[in-house]
Amino acid sequence: MVAEATVAASGVIRFSWIIVLLPVVSAFLTLFFGKRTPGKGPVYGIVAVGVGFVMSLMVLWNFVQGGGTYASQVSWFQVGSFHVQAGQFIDGLAAIMLVVVTAVSLSVHVYSLGYMDGDSRFTWFYVVLSLFTAAMLNVVIAPNLIQLLVGWEIMGVCSYLLVGHWYEEKQNSNAAIKAFITTRIGDVPFMFGIFALIFATGFTTSNINVIGDLVKSHEVSSGLVAAAAILVFGGTIGKSAQFPLHVWLPDAMAGPTPVSALIHAATMVAAGVYLVGRMYTVFINAEPWVLQFVGIIGAITMLGAALMALVQNDIKRVLAYSTVSQLAYMVASMSVGPAGRDAALFHLFTHAFFKGLLFLGAGSVIHAVHSNNMSDMGGLRRIMPVTFWTFLIGSAALAGVPPMAGFWSKDELLVSASSGHELLFAIMLITAVLTAFYTMRMVTLTFFGSYEGQGHPHESPPSMAGPLVFLAFGTLVVGFLGAPQLNAAFFKWVHFGEPEAVKFVPWIALLGIAAASSGIALAWGLYGKRKERDPLLALGPVWTALEQRLYIDAFYMRAIIYPVRDKLSASVYWFNQNILDGIVNGVAAATRGVSQLVNLFDRDVIDGTVNGLAGTAGFSGGLLKYIQSGNVQRYMAFLFVGVIVLAIVFARVV
Amino acid sequence: MIRLPFVLFFSALLFSAGVYGVLARRNAVMVLMAIELMLNAVNVNFVAFGSQLHQMGGQMFALFVIAVAAAEVGIGLAIVILLFRNRESINVDEVNLLKW
Repeated sequence: MVAEATVAASGVIRFSWIIVLLPVVSAFLTLFFGKRTPGKGPVYGIVAVGVGFVMSLMVLWNFVQGGGTYASQVSWFQVGSFHVQAGQFIDGLAAIMLVVVTAVSLSVHVYSLGYMDGDSRFTWFYVVLSLFTAAMLNVVIAPNLIQLLVGWEIMGVCSYLLVGHWYEEKQNSNAAIKAFITTRIGDVPFMFGIFALIFATGFTTSNINVIGDLVKSHEVSSGLVAAAAILVFGGTIGKSAQFPLHVWLPDAMAGPTPVSALIHAATMVAAGVYLVGRMYTVFINAEPWVLQFVGIIGAITMLGAALMALVQNDIKRVLAYSTVSQLAYMVASMSVGPAGRDAALFHLFTHAFFKGLLFLGAGSVIHAVHSNNMSDMGGLRRIMPVTFWTFLIGSAALAGVPPMAGFWSKDELLVSASSGHELLFAIMLITAVLTAFYTMRMVTLTFFGSYEGQGHPHESPPSMAGPLVFLAFGTLVVGFLGAPQLNAAFFKWVHFGEPEAVKFVPWIALLGIAAASSGIALAWGLYGKRKERDPLLALGPVWTALEQRLYIDAFYMRAIIYPVRDKLSASVYWFNQNILDGIVNGVAAATRGVSQLVNLFDRDVIDGTVNGLAGTAGFSGGLLKYIQSGNVQRYMAFLFVGVIVLAIVFARVV
Repeated sequence: MIRLPFVLFFSALLFSAGVYGVLARRNAVMVLMAIELMLNAVNVNFVAFGSQLHQMGGQMFALFVIAVAAAEVGIGLAIVILLFRNRESINVDEVNLLKW
C-alpha cells in the first residue's frame, strides 16, 4: 500500500474531496438558514450526506473495477521550510470508509427526523451532526497527519456538543465533559507522536505515505519510531475507547441515541482503529514490543468490556460496552500482523453496519417505552415487529451467527490470530462467548417475555424504521464481501502489502459458531423465562465489581479527579489569586504612582512654564499699554527722543 | 556766496522751530504748518549741499519734496476739515480715540 502517487484515475474519484465538503456546506446552511427552512432544516444535511453516499459508492466502484489509488493535494500553508498540504488520498480502505461513514450518517440523519422530532434544538442538532460527519470524512481522506488531526479534533468538539445535547441535566453535561477530556488525554500523546514523526522526516513533510516509506527504509532510529508509534496509539486509546481510557464511551450514552449510533458505528471510535490501519507501516516497522503493547491493551479491553456488558441494565450501556469490546477486537488484531490488520479493518467495516443498526434499534425501543432500562421493557416483539426483526439481525451479527456480517469478520479475526497468537486467540474466543451471551440477554429482556413498563409502546414512524431496514440489509450483505468462498472482494481493496489469499479454516469457523451458539443458548436458558431477579446476581461480589465497572471509574475519581479538582485547583486558585494577581496588581499600582508623578510634572513644570510666560507677557503688557495714550503729539515726542538717543549712540560709535 | 555752516545753522533753526510746532501746538492747522517748516528746512539743506558739491540732485530732490509736500498738505487739510465737521474742533490732543 505504498503511495502510488497519481495513478491515472478517472471519474468521481478525483473529486472525493467534495464528499467531505458537502456536509461542511450543509452544516453552515443549516446553521444560517435552517430555522427559516420548512421542516426546520434537516433537508440540507440529508441531501448533502445522501449525495456524498452516492459519490462514495461511485468511488468504491472504481476499486470494484480494479482501479488503483488516487492522491492529489494542494498547498495549504507553510511554516518556515515545512510545507503543509491539504488533499485526498483514496485507496481501497478510504473508499470503503467513505461508503461506511456516509451510509451510517445518512441513516442517522434520516432516523433523527423521527427521533429528535419536537426537540428544542432540532436545527442545531443537525448542524453538529453534519459537521461531525464532515470531520470523520476528512480523517478518512487525509493524506497527511496535520489534515487528519484537524478532522480528529473537530470530531472531539462535535462529540462534546452532541453527547451534551440535552445539557439541561447535569448528568449529561458531565458525560460530555468526561468524553471530551478523556479523549483529549489520548490526543496529547497523539499530537506528540505526530511531532515525533514530522521530526523524523527532518521537518519536511507530514505525509503519511512518505513517513511510511521513511520508516520502512530504516533511516529513522528504531527508538524514535517506537516512541512515535506508542504516542500515536495513545490517540487511538482515547478515541477508540481502549483501556485505560475506555471510561468515556459508556457515559457518552447520555447523548441522543442517533448520536450514539454515529459515534459508535462510523465516526469517533472508528477513527482510532482507522488511524492504526492507516499508519500501519509505522507500527509494523517499529520494535516488536510496540505491537505487543497494542495487543495487550486490546486483549484487556476486549475481555473487561465484555464482562461489564453482562451486568448492565441500560440497553444503551450494553451496546456501549459491546462497542468497546468489539473495537478491542480490532485493536488486538492489529498486533497480529498484516493479515490481522486487514481482518481488523474488515471488522470495522461490518461492525459499523450492525452496531449502527443496533443503536438505532435501541433508540426505536427507547422512543417507544421512554426508558433506557431493560427492566422496563420486554415483550416488544409483537408490538414493534420491524424494530424486532432488524434488531435481531443486528444482534445475530454481533454475536457472530452465520451468515451475518459479524460472523465473517470475526472469523477473519480468529483466523489471523490462530497462527502464533494462541493466547489472543483464546481471549477472542472467550469474548465471543461473552458477546453472544450479553447480546442474547439484551434481546431476550427487551423483546421476549411480557411488557414490564408503563404506557403503551408503538412501532416507530417510517423515518426511523426506514434506516433500520436499510442498515439491516447492509448487515445481511456486507459480510459476503469478505467471505473466502465468494472471492473476498474486500481484501482485494484493503490489503497491507501484497494481497494475500484469504483462508477459510473450517475448524475455526466451527469453533466460532460453537462459541456464539453456546453463549446464546446459555443466555436463553437463564433469561428465557423472565425472573424477578437477574440470574447473574448469583455471582455475588463479581456482579458488584462488574456493576461498579471494575472500580476503574471510581479509581479515576478518587486518584485523579478529586485531587485535581479539589487540591490542585485550590492551589492553582491560590497561586492565581495571590501571585499572579499580586504581580498584576503590583504593576498596576506602580504604573499608577508613576502616572501621578508624571501628572504633577506635567501640570506644575510644563504647564507652569507656559502659564508663567503667558502671565509675564500679560503683566508687562498691562504696564506698557499706558504708553499708547492716543495722543499723537506724545508719540512724536517719543519719536524725537528716540532719534536723538540713536543719534548720540551712532555719533559715538562713528 | 554764503558759507555752508551758516546755511546749515539756519536750516537747523528752522527744523527745530518745526519740531516745536509739531509737538507743542494744539491746532491741527498749525501742526501742518510746522511740518511744512521741517520739510523746508530739509529743502534748504538739499539745495545747500547740492550747490556745495556741484550736483543737480540736491535741487531736484528739493523740487520733489515741494511737490509731495503740496500733496501732503492737500490731504492733511482735507482730514482737518473732516475732523472739524465731526468734532466742532481741530485740537490734536482731543483726537485720542485710538488708544489702549
